Amino acid sequence: MKNKEPKKVFMAGPIPPEKIAKSIANHQSKTNIGAHSIFLGQVRADEIDGKKVNAIEYSAYEEMAEKAFHEIRESAFSQFDMTCCHIYHSLGTVKAGELCLFVFTSSAHRKVAIEACNYLVEEIKAKVPVFGKELFEDESHQWKVNQ
Amino acid sequence: MSITIKYFGAIAEATGVTEEKVALEEVGNSIEELRSYCLTKYGDVGDLSFQVAVNQSLTTSGSLKDGDEVAFLPPFAGG
Repeated sequence: MKNKEPKKVFMAGPIPPEKIAKSIANHQSKTNIGAHSIFLGQVRADEIDGKKVNAIEYSAYEEMAEKAFHEIRESAFSQFDMTCCHIYHSLGTVKAGELCLFVFTSSAHRKVAIEACNYLVEEIKAKVPVFGKELFEDESHQWKVNQ
Repeated sequence: MSITIKYFGAIAEATGVTEEKVALEEVGNSIEELRSYCLTKYGDVGDLSFQVAVNQSLTTSGSLKDGDEVAFLPPFAGG
């Protein structure tokens, strides 16, 4: 899987739960895999000053973000003995309860799959120029900052 | 001799534009001069936290050259 062309990470709107099931199904023919680890980011209906977040509108510096995703993925492959690694992130509006990030790692054994997945999620949150506008039910908004 | 400046998220909201092309002699030759050029032009940006990327790499100082793409990036919020 290494040294391939950068994969497209961004997709418009929420990540459908069916995509996760399909990704798992797609790996059933790879019988050297013994463990998958999956992280799913879901939009939370935070309540801020009495107003509830209805959705997050994601935007990105796309060229830089795709490059950052590629570098993070390459760095994960150099550190962890993964069989596969897939990352998907939403752009545009994702409602509370819907999925905005899907990270999927596979390896022969569980520890590598879990550690690689954690590494990828932390790196994505810290290094990828994605911006989130939290849209409230009264149509006001504020800009999200990762904790 | 010009550079392209891109603004994102809360920064774009404060500037009212997402992209502009500016002559190098107008902004100066360094990141530091560009920062003060933008803060003078768009006062509201001064209240916000941001990082600067030149040709898609984060940087805090250095010189600018013709054709550079500079981006003002607010805090990241992916995932």
